[in-house]
Amino acid sequence: MLPLQTSKTIASMEESIAELRETFRTGTTKSVSWRKKQLRALLDLVNENEDSIFHALDQDLGKSRVESYRDEIGIIKKSASYSLSCLDKWMAPKKGDLPLLFFPAKAEVMPEPLGVVLIFSSWNFPITVALDPLIGAISAGNTVLLKPSELAPACMSFLTQTIPRYLDNKAIKVIGGGADVGKRLLELKWDKIFFTGSPRVGRLVLTAAAKYLTPVTLELGGKCPAIVDNTLSNPSKAKVTAKRIVGGKWGPCTGQACIAIDYVLVEEKLASTLIETVKKYIKIFYGDNLKELKSISRIVNQQQFQRLVNLLKDPHVAASVVYGGSVDEEKLVIEPTILLDPPLDSEIMNEEIFGPLLPIITLKNIEESIEFINSKPNPLVIYAFTENETFKKRILSETSSGSVTFNDSMVQFICESLPFGGVGQSGFGRYHGKYSFDTFSHEKSVLHRAFYPELEPRYPPWTNFKLAFLRLAYALDYFGLILLMSGFRKS
Amino acid sequence: MGIEVEKKAGFDTESAKEVVKELRASFVAGKTKTYEWRRTQLTAMLKMMDENEPQIVAALTDDLSKPELESSIYEIAMLKNSCKLALKEMKHWMMPEKAKTSLTTFPSSAEIVSDPLGVVLIISAWNYPFLLSLDPVVGAIAAGNAIVLKPSEISPATASLLAKLVKKYLDCSCIKVVEGSVPETTALLEQKWDKIMYTGNGRIARIVMAAAAKHLTPVVLELGGKSPVIVDSGIDLQVATRRIIAGKWGCNNGQACISPDYIITTKDYALELVDSFKCELERFYGKNPLESKDLSRIVNSNHFARLLKLLDEDKVSSKIVYGGERDETNLKIAPTILLDVPQDSLIMNEEIFGPLLPIITIDKVEDSFDLINYSGAKPLAAYLFTNNKKLKEKFVEKVSAGGLVVNDTTVHLAEPTLPFGGVGDSGMGAYHGKFSFDTFSHKKAVLYRSFAGDAAVRYPPYTAGKLRLMRALLGGSIMGIIRALLGWSKP
Repeated sequence: MLPLQTSKTIASMEESIAELRETFRTGTTKSVSWRKKQLRALLDLVNENEDSIFHALDQDLGKSRVESYRDEIGIIKKSASYSLSCLDKWMAPKKGDLPLLFFPAKAEVMPEPLGVVLIFSSWNFPITVALDPLIGAISAGNTVLLKPSELAPACMSFLTQTIPRYLDNKAIKVIGGGADVGKRLLELKWDKIFFTGSPRVGRLVLTAAAKYLTPVTLELGGKCPAIVDNTLSNPSKAKVTAKRIVGGKWGPCTGQACIAIDYVLVEEKLASTLIETVKKYIKIFYGDNLKELKSISRIVNQQQFQRLVNLLKDPHVAASVVYGGSVDEEKLVIEPTILLDPPLDSEIMNEEIFGPLLPIITLKNIEESIEFINSKPNPLVIYAFTENETFKKRILSETSSGSVTFNDSMVQFICESLPFGGVGQSGFGRYHGKYSFDTFSHEKSVLHRAFYPELEPRYPPWTNFKLAFLRLAYALDYFGLILLMSGFRKS
Repeated sequence: MGIEVEKKAGFDTESAKEVVKELRASFVAGKTKTYEWRRTQLTAMLKMMDENEPQIVAALTDDLSKPELESSIYEIAMLKNSCKLALKEMKHWMMPEKAKTSLTTFPSSAEIVSDPLGVVLIISAWNYPFLLSLDPVVGAIAAGNAIVLKPSEISPATASLLAKLVKKYLDCSCIKVVEGSVPETTALLEQKWDKIMYTGNGRIARIVMAAAAKHLTPVVLELGGKSPVIVDSGIDLQVATRRIIAGKWGCNNGQACISPDYIITTKDYALELVDSFKCELERFYGKNPLESKDLSRIVNSNHFARLLKLLDEDKVSSKIVYGGERDETNLKIAPTILLDVPQDSLIMNEEIFGPLLPIITIDKVEDSFDLINYSGAKPLAAYLFTNNKKLKEKFVEKVSAGGLVVNDTTVHLAEPTLPFGGVGDSGMGAYHGKFSFDTFSHKKAVLYRSFAGDAAVRYPPYTAGKLRLMRALLGGSIMGIIRALLGWSKP
């Protein structure tokens, strides 16, 4: 891990931004060829440095190669390729229909870049959450400053060293450093800020943006619940349900993911079946004791480790542990842990867990899960394992979340056609696929008019006739207009 | 009666809390979500306008001395159109949008569902106090939200009338009007809203956004700026002049966010342009424009003083080529044209929002783009009059603004298929037509998965073979997948 020269970084910050602004002004980043060149270069960057990326992710988070490919490298490759193939279409103006009244005229909506954008990425998917927004910003024709999270230092180092070798340095810059660098960046003027992280820091970002009226996208988190219903009654579906829950909790960065399942809601009578099946798959996937855990990430650092350990310190919470609970402070590993009905007022049930602890909350009737979820802030995702169509409809119409996935976990993340973003405390704005392009664009409406015909009634001095004419015109009442003009209608 | 009681008692933080609590309870109870409720409200709004047009016109006359035609057409008729469009299209807008899914998540289906955001705050402006209050309300209702409307105290007759009419015609348990000024607005801004829409100026917008930041509330800001008009030679000068006059003095006497603020033309053409203005202005408003009934007055003495300050600045007052007359008692300023005021004058550095029109001259018409982009502040609208195709293309490419119109002014406002909103200093977000519905909705992504097709590759223990297959699956090509399954691709 290389040391970071923070003071030098801050000193050259203003210079970098001035350069980004000047580059944008020259119009270089607007051309489709420049954008495609950068996207291809990004693909090359990832293809030619896979091993370094695997290594950095292993260093920062203990991510295995499959997880790193599935959640980071593969995602970026897919996103960049998709953007390359769609870019021409996305950049094309959208034609609008105009009513006859405007004839002859042409209307269109033209996407244009916002200018100089700032991207803050988080530590848990340090490659994806840095490069995926970058892909969007480049596709939309902006210049970019990327500030990766210092809590994933190997990845930050990788990005600060590798990006300048592949991408246009005058238009795309990466800056390292800690919170002080982030703070300083927020004091400056940007045309857009894209932030992935916690609600606490999200507030700071938004408050800073308000000074310059900078538009912001906030990708935050929340307690993503998984409702488990009747799918448990069928043995083969119960297996798949359990696998998908285990995969959706400990699969992504051992639960340190905004879309990881935070807690599960299940009917009392099905709880033990669920717990037994989940335990079974934990053992198959990851191993059955702390010393022999594999195919699972570790906790990112001491601070997060302590936070998670503290969640288990509450004696009532500790008493609810039904599986796991062991920790290895030296290796920053916490065993996949299941809790059954910890107290609802405990911290573990009121803050986003962001770790390998899975509370299972039992209800008398699964329909109560809707009320339970609504008593908490809007999550980023609601997962529901059910085949009851009525219940599905109720979940959709009576809860609010960034998104909803039925009968699976995590996979909505790789659907480019679905907007990815939160609502309420889980954030606002969205990206992925074309939504990334849109989030970094301004949709400029353009109306082309001709000099003729001229509508005299548009101009004063005002008369009753002109008022009557305009009323009909605005109502697009062409027939009425004809009657008025030919004297068959009084003004 | 209820509203007077609120005013006398003083609307403070406690009152604001109560209002939000009541609306949230209504929202949670599902009152605003049904199609029937939305339809009933919009129908009631149409009825409200049909039965109260004279009163609305009277209030606008009171507040702004707005010519009856402007009130009838630009406020009432526009709003009626907005209601009618929403009533006609709402069912369609409310339907989920199907989204494509790829091979990677096969088998699955996906859609995007429009959820109401919840309880929204709409703060409107004084210049089109009726339209700018209720047009956003139409969108918020169509999207199924509960609403607080805070009309501007600078147009008190309209604010008062709105409070009375909303209470009489709409569902008060879900839609409320709060009158007042700074203290009341501050009390409202301290509450947690699911969205805030503000129409007004940049200074207050920063306060609104900073308040919203505390609750992570997304905002739509409809601001303004200096909307320039570039006038090329070789055009039908009479038509161009009339259209500029209609957009400037014909829109609330220049007090409109998309009014042409200043003109840029070539040195050679300037005098011809000035003569054309003189001729048409007299034709429209007569020899004594201060007495014309077809011009709004200046809204109040503050703005009157502000405008005189711009006009009477030493280096500016000598540049008046037409008009300049003022009537302090009646708060009237005559249409005034100035030629070649200095770039550093006050009038060229703040949004005029009044009947003063500076004309800036340059050598070549192409130089106008740099002039517009010079200040760095992007306006809400920009206009160009020309017959030169290349110039049109360059204009659309180089000028960034909320919206552009070629060969006319302001009319894009009336076209609901064009998003209406700013960029940079002129604002963020957009509305009108379906854009209003979208702006007050959360677009929730929904993914439906089935239990078939559960690929073992997703789950640990992770092996080289699984990595191979994972690459292929994310790459999305059938051949890639087959090769991986047969062990032919790289691990």
